[in-house]
Amino acid sequence: MIKETRITLKNVGKINPESIDDYIAAGGYAGLKKALKMEPFSIIDEVLEAGLRGRGGAGFSTGTKKKFTSKSCLTCPQRYVVVNADEGEPGTFKDRVIMENDPHLYIEGTIIAAFSINATKGFIYLRGEYTGSIDKTRKAIAAAYERGFLGKNILDSGFDFDLELKLGAGSYLCGEELTMLESLEGKRGHPRIKPPFPAEKGVFGAPTLVNNVETLSNVPLIIANGKDWYRQFGTERSPGTKIFTISGKVKNPGYYEVEMGVSLRELIWDLAGGMSGDKPFKAALLGGAAGTFVDASMLDERMTYDNLREKGATLGSGAVIVMEEGDSVYNILHNCLRFFKHESCGKCVPCRVGTSMLVKGTEKLRNGVPDKRALLDQMVHESEIMAATSLCPLGQSPILPLKSAARYFAEDLLI
Amino acid sequence: MSTKQILEKFEPRRQNLLMILHALQDNHPQNYLTEEALGETAKHLKLTKSSVYGVAKYYTMFSLKPRGKFVIRVCVSAVCELMKGQEVIGHLENVLGIKSGETTPCGTFTLEIAECLGQCQEAPSMMINEKVFNHLDEQKIREVITEYRKW
Repeated sequence: MIKETRITLKNVGKINPESIDDYIAAGGYAGLKKALKMEPFSIIDEVLEAGLRGRGGAGFSTGTKKKFTSKSCLTCPQRYVVVNADEGEPGTFKDRVIMENDPHLYIEGTIIAAFSINATKGFIYLRGEYTGSIDKTRKAIAAAYERGFLGKNILDSGFDFDLELKLGAGSYLCGEELTMLESLEGKRGHPRIKPPFPAEKGVFGAPTLVNNVETLSNVPLIIANGKDWYRQFGTERSPGTKIFTISGKVKNPGYYEVEMGVSLRELIWDLAGGMSGDKPFKAALLGGAAGTFVDASMLDERMTYDNLREKGATLGSGAVIVMEEGDSVYNILHNCLRFFKHESCGKCVPCRVGTSMLVKGTEKLRNGVPDKRALLDQMVHESEIMAATSLCPLGQSPILPLKSAARYFAEDLLI
Repeated sequence: MSTKQILEKFEPRRQNLLMILHALQDNHPQNYLTEEALGETAKHLKLTKSSVYGVAKYYTMFSLKPRGKFVIRVCVSAVCELMKGQEVIGHLENVLGIKSGETTPCGTFTLEIAECLGQCQEAPSMMINEKVFNHLDEQKIREVITEYRKW
């Protein structure tokens, strides 16, 4: 029986999110105080050696990202930190939990990240529908300014950092980092060609570090407690904890922070209380719409970035959508493909046309085509072309739920 | 507040465009961006009207046509669908007597669909303006709408 290991969520439900004093009394801003006395490069090394990987979904090394950004364009007058708080992946609400319950944690992580790469200006890009998170974040920023954690000469360190809250306006795609930068500049949410990566040419053309809320929430803990403390959690290649958001047909849907490396079975039965009804487990959609379906054969696989990738599945944002016997994988796949069609920005033709074709194809599977198997193969082939020819992850994503549904649940799709 | 007063609160830089559009839309009793507001914004930021329009049109939270006092956004993403969310739209259409995308003749409610609202642990969900409602079923929907009708 596994239990939760709450490190980023340790204050949730225990402190008043609107009280900076509560946060400080719980050990808050100690990481920042320590960081400001360190050399910026040693902060980056600490995060690098702690092995923290981006919690937004891609799992890229956070320390490496910081290193790139700190070393790119040393003559540039300005560099930036951008907080990706545009959580919109279906089934995912981990960042919302942090922002609504412990907003100072990710703000502290942002200030430390800024200091480590010498950025004096930062933005939080928060999705417009997250009204609770917006309210708590706005208050937390104001309180941090009042106490001298933000602004000029932070805690007499000589370091200046301004943090501004910017709101999204209902575009899933803006959660993709380069698209987010376009949106921050006041433009339509269209992705940019990469390279250059944000580390080289980010917002306003300046070197920019883009990190997810959950990722940044780990940073104060790593700095305050050290990399060795951090590495006691999780696995060698995926250290630390991960917040999983479990929804669907389980007894206790919700958010659970566990050490990296637990199994899907442990998440569902030990933490979420097992299946909600009498029916057995049928499927889980891991990582949201841009994720993969798995069946019961995957229940005992370790939930780490690398292990799931090797098995053809994804950890992604940590969304776990659980389905029971009788639920239709076809319906959820259709929903995911419809979602991509709705959210495609239209810049790349293969994505604009392809997302529509996949929805139509899925509907044709139900409206009687002579050879359903051939149609499904054709759709998978189309999604491969989209993945190869689209600029951003949106066009590269439909292949994930489609191929995995075809692999495990072909009988659902071909009825 | 007038459009001008709102615009004056923002430095005239393009990076403030989305925040300006949010502020202008929130300020309008019919929850939308008027042509006049878009034009004034373009002037303030020294942008063409078409580029301001292009941004306003791109983002789904912005509306270019009048909406009701209360904008209902119903989540239609995967988890809500799994938890019988597709029935929510139908119940709301019945209770309000309008279709998705429409506004009640009295100008009180606009019914819209939205993608994942991040409330998946208590799906199915919807928002009315800034407030979230979870665990929706026919009875709860009727209660909530009745409550809002009193306002």
